[in-house]
Amino acid sequence: MTSNDIAVSVQNLTKTYGAFAALKGITFDIERGETFALLGPNGAGKSTTIEILEGYRDRSGGEVRVLGVDPQHGGLPWKAKLGIVLQSSGESGNVTVREQLTQFAGMYPNSRDVNEVIAAIGLEEKANTRIKNLSGGQQRRVDVGLGVIGRPELLFLDEPTTGFDPEARRQFWELIRSLKREGTTILLTTHYLDEAAQLSDRAAVVAGGKLVDIGPVGSLGSAEARVPLVRWRESGIVREQRATDPGAVVAGLVARLGEPVELEVVRPSLEDIYLELVTAENAEAEARVAANTTATDGAVIAGTNPAAGASPTTTSFTTTKENERA
Amino acid sequence: MSTATHTSPALSASAAAFGMGRTVRLGLSRIGYETKIYFRQTDTLFFTFLFPVIMLTIFSVAFQGMGNVGANPDGTGGISQAAAYLPGMIAAGILLSGVQNLGVDIAAERSDGTLKRLGGTPLPVLSYFFGKMGQVFATSILQIALLLLVAVVAFGVSLPTDPAKWMTFAWVYLLGIATSAILGIAISRLPRTGKSATAVIIPPVLILQFISGVYLQFSLLPNWLQTVASIFPLKWIAQGMRSVFLPETFASVEPGGSWNLGAVAIALLIWLVAGLVICRVTFRWIRKDS
Repeated sequence: MTSNDIAVSVQNLTKTYGAFAALKGITFDIERGETFALLGPNGAGKSTTIEILEGYRDRSGGEVRVLGVDPQHGGLPWKAKLGIVLQSSGESGNVTVREQLTQFAGMYPNSRDVNEVIAAIGLEEKANTRIKNLSGGQQRRVDVGLGVIGRPELLFLDEPTTGFDPEARRQFWELIRSLKREGTTILLTTHYLDEAAQLSDRAAVVAGGKLVDIGPVGSLGSAEARVPLVRWRESGIVREQRATDPGAVVAGLVARLGEPVELEVVRPSLEDIYLELVTAENAEAEARVAANTTATDGAVIAGTNPAAGASPTTTSFTTTKENERA
Repeated sequence: MSTATHTSPALSASAAAFGMGRTVRLGLSRIGYETKIYFRQTDTLFFTFLFPVIMLTIFSVAFQGMGNVGANPDGTGGISQAAAYLPGMIAAGILLSGVQNLGVDIAAERSDGTLKRLGGTPLPVLSYFFGKMGQVFATSILQIALLLLVAVVAFGVSLPTDPAKWMTFAWVYLLGIATSAILGIAISRLPRTGKSATAVIIPPVLILQFISGVYLQFSLLPNWLQTVASIFPLKWIAQGMRSVFLPETFASVEPGGSWNLGAVAIALLIWLVAGLVICRVTFRWIRKDS
């Protein structure tokens, strides 16, 4: 692979704010044409990383190349090849969707057709509405439209679908897939793991300023973390068992208990694997060892609160997401 | 086309694509965009655009009963209150359209993410400045036209007919508005948030109007206050405008007994250059690492 095939190269990137180390040495490459997701909890360093790549923040150490250029010295021709969708925008929006897209289109040498972009972000009926009068999700779609109007080689999307309803999210995914088909390199941060799974070729998980895993979304986490889980209720308590041969475990249960109550065979979701990665990063060493032991010897590991109807990890993830939206 | 064949086509293309022509073209396109936004903001429309017109109307009506300014002891001669206030209100309009308008506007744009977004685009900073300056020129010319219209139609003020007066008006206006716009861009750096922008910028602008001969006759202020006001540009813009719109006889009450247009030009040029240097050194799309 030549350096021309690499759109983004990050080596041992560090960022400190006084005594606080926000990034503690992050290394990854993004190939041209690839869609790459940065995952991680709030405060993990996702936005710091993406803003360093966009040229908004200066790094403390390490090497960064974005389309072959050091972002700290990126000039106008470099910026013309980028599309940036920031995490938040609170502009007063006294212009219409069409006026704003037209104004931004003029800044780029090879911009897209304004009407095409309006159609792609699904705002044909709102094209002549002032941006301040749009809903939050519609304003976010304008942000995305402004990010792609310049036909970027590399598109940064920092939590692009926050505030989207499910249908808008699906439309957005279609838009991103069409950009990808055109060869656009995309760097995405998101809290929605299904979004990362839908869109990205590879993902990196950042926690505590460090990169804890990287690879195709389907291969994230340890092999153990992807072992299916058999769950059933026995003597009023919900039991779980990890097993590479869940069929045999279920057969054993049937032989022992007859028809097991509330039987489930669960293949760990991306969320489960992700949570294991980020909590492992923060957990104490003993806890990590203990978790590994129980995961590998396949013993019954936990009795969970039957009333919750979900594993404690899933519950805590939902809570986290709600906090972030607030 | 054929003359350029010996240079690298890719190189010359990219140089042309991001050269001064593009900066000017984008700047022109932003003037229209910025001016459109200006007239859509009802608060700026009132506090910046219409404010001098409203003040001229209030003062002219309120003090009408006091008779003419500079009248003879028998009540004849002199000029109407409206005519006396007109040059000060034009000067105030120039200050509001530049310093107050851009100071508040750009501070808000820095705070709400507009500048951050623009900083991520290939828009040259200079094009952004052109857009703001052009907006200030366009809106302040309309504002002065409206002031003159109200003065003539509502209060019967007679405007100067001597072309030399209008030449003076032209250069005082151009120098004044350019200085005011540049200082507006420079001062926009001071407010920490968009919400505090009006609280930080409007009070000093208002105080300047009181001590620079806009609302109060400059010659009636104590000497020390005149000296303080002379540090700032508004006093000089107002003095230049008085030389255009007031009769020659009024020059005798000015400090030094004359309009002193040379000092007007020098004071405004110093502020213009200082403002340009401040903008060049301090303007950033965002506060990095904040």
